[in-house]
Amino acid sequence: MKRHVWRPLYVVIGLVAFILVFRFFYVPTDFGVQERGYTFGYHRLQNEQEWKDYPAKFKGSAYCAECHDENATSIAESGHGIIPCEDCHGAAFNHPEDPETLSIDRGRDLCLRCHSQLLMPSSQRNDLPGIDPTGHNAGIECADCHNPHNPSLEDM
Amino acid sequence: MMKRREFLKSAAVFVSGAAVSLSALELLDPHEVLAQNPELRWGFLVNTYNCVGCGMCVKACKIENDIPLEANVTRTWVERYVITKQGETYSDCPKGALNGFTSKQIDQNESGMKKIADADISEAFFVPKLCNQCSNPACVQVCPVGATYSTADGVVLVDRKWCIGCGYCIMGCPYGVRFFHPVEHTADKCTFCYHRISNGGNTACAQACPFGARQIGNLKDPNDPVTKAVLTERVGILREEFGTNPNVYYIGLSKEVR
Ligand code: HEC
Ligand code: HEC
Ligand code: HEC
Ligand code: HEC
Repeated sequence: MKRHVWRPLYVVIGLVAFILVFRFFYVPTDFGVQERGYTFGYHRLQNEQEWKDYPAKFKGSAYCAECHDENATSIAESGHGIIPCEDCHGAAFNHPEDPETLSIDRGRDLCLRCHSQLLMPSSQRNDLPGIDPTGHNAGIECADCHNPHNPSLEDM
Repeated sequence: MMKRREFLKSAAVFVSGAAVSLSALELLDPHEVLAQNPELRWGFLVNTYNCVGCGMCVKACKIENDIPLEANVTRTWVERYVITKQGETYSDCPKGALNGFTSKQIDQNESGMKKIADADISEAFFVPKLCNQCSNPACVQVCPVGATYSTADGVVLVDRKWCIGCGYCIMGCPYGVRFFHPVEHTADKCTFCYHRISNGGNTACAQACPFGARQIGNLKDPNDPVTKAVLTERVGILREEFGTNPNVYYIGLSKEVR
């Protein structure tokens, strides 16, 4: 057979071989069809572990109570007892090592998330004590008058 | 010298043999594997009556999962629905409810803010939204590179190293829960806080909710409160007609919710 027939064939074979070699080194060995089958489970298995190892930032109120038991006790007995500490003070990360303190937000916006009065007849929002943000002591921080850890009006 | 016929034959065998991906040869039977590990399937329960629209869940989700607070994208959000006595429905979701709902003004986009008088309101409620972790996820089917997938315990994840950012999955999701991550530059979505639930924790949003409007549970455990509610209460799912089989169930879903 003539050489000019062979030459393009070599090129094709070379290309295929190159792609296969490249693929062999580029695609990780754990990439493939996993538990959910080809349609939903075709992926790199190691990635599941990578997601499991993602660092968590929130620690939960029980953790805060280990050191700030005074705050934890006072709030637990109040109407605010259901609110996790980190909702108002931000995520713990590695507090108290890093950061050494957490933020204290005395702004009105924090409280208005729950206490701005809205008419929501088919929602629990309707049951929360509400105020008109522009009418109720506008311009003064709520924490000046109300204790966020014990908001009871009787104890004011 | 090799005969032409022999060469072509062996070449054809080699090329077709080598072209079959090695992984495809290790086909697993999904039913077999599921049978080995039948005890875990994550599900989520949203109680819309309990939601007060404070947006603490949205804030917690963004901090926990490193989604920039001010970026106009979020893995979970809360919608407000206000239905008037005349039967009109208004809804809004300012900044995904990152800062909660503090105003009676309803954001109607180009037509501006709309204030509905209290006397005209017949029903009003909040609806938290997140990825439905569908059993038949459309977003996974459209991925051309195998960068998004469903785990055996039913969570849809994105492989950030493998994602090429083509955006098909963002278009393919019927619920609009996927977005382009402004820092990672890959597709991103709610993971049910896979790093927290896989290590015995709660999702950041459910933990942040003071009112129990959000709950994660194991749908394979008949004693799990989420499973019990799904089995015994009147729960709804979003866009049932798409056939995606969501694993996020809603108590108090009404027809106005899209
Ligand atoms: C291991 C003990 C420990 C734990 C657990 C802990 N803290 Fe602290 N926290 C400290 C210390 C120590 C300080 C610094 C006290 C200071 O500067 O007066 C601090 C400071 C703070 C401050 C600032 C106080 C101020 O007066 O400026 C806040 C707010 C706070 N913590 C909230 C929290 C919350 C919320 C949690 C739970 C997520 C938590 N802490 C968990 C030890 C702890
Ligand atoms: C409703 C929001 C809210 C919640 C929930 C909350 N805090 Fe606070 N916290 C505040 C505010 C606002 C201040 C600032 C009070 C002030 O300046 O008078 C504060 C102050 C603090 C301080 C500073 C010192 C002090 O005693 O006033 C600590 C420590 C603290 N909080 C810990 C906690 C812990 C621990 C929890 C959970 C058990 C918690 N907080 C829950 C809003 C909150
Ligand atoms: C996550 C929602 C939430 C946030 C944020 C919040 N509160 Fe509250 N607040 C509540 C709940 C729930 C109650 C209890 C209502 C009850 O006892 O029925 C309450 C009760 C109160 C009360 C008592 C009202 C009464 O009639 O007894 C006051 C005052 C109050 N909060 C002030 C504040 C202030 C000030 C802040 C900001 C530092 C704040 N709240 C933030 C949910 C919230
Ligand atoms: C100047 C002091 C002052 C400031 C600032 C203030 N309040 Fe009050 N607040 C009061 C007093 C006094 C009452 C009880 C009498 C009343 O209802 O007006 C009260 C009542 C309330 C009630 C109970 C209303 C009801 O009908 O049960 C809530 C909720 C409340 N405040 C939330 C807030 C929030 C949220 C802020 C900040 C946005 C705030 N307050 C700022 C003094 C203050």
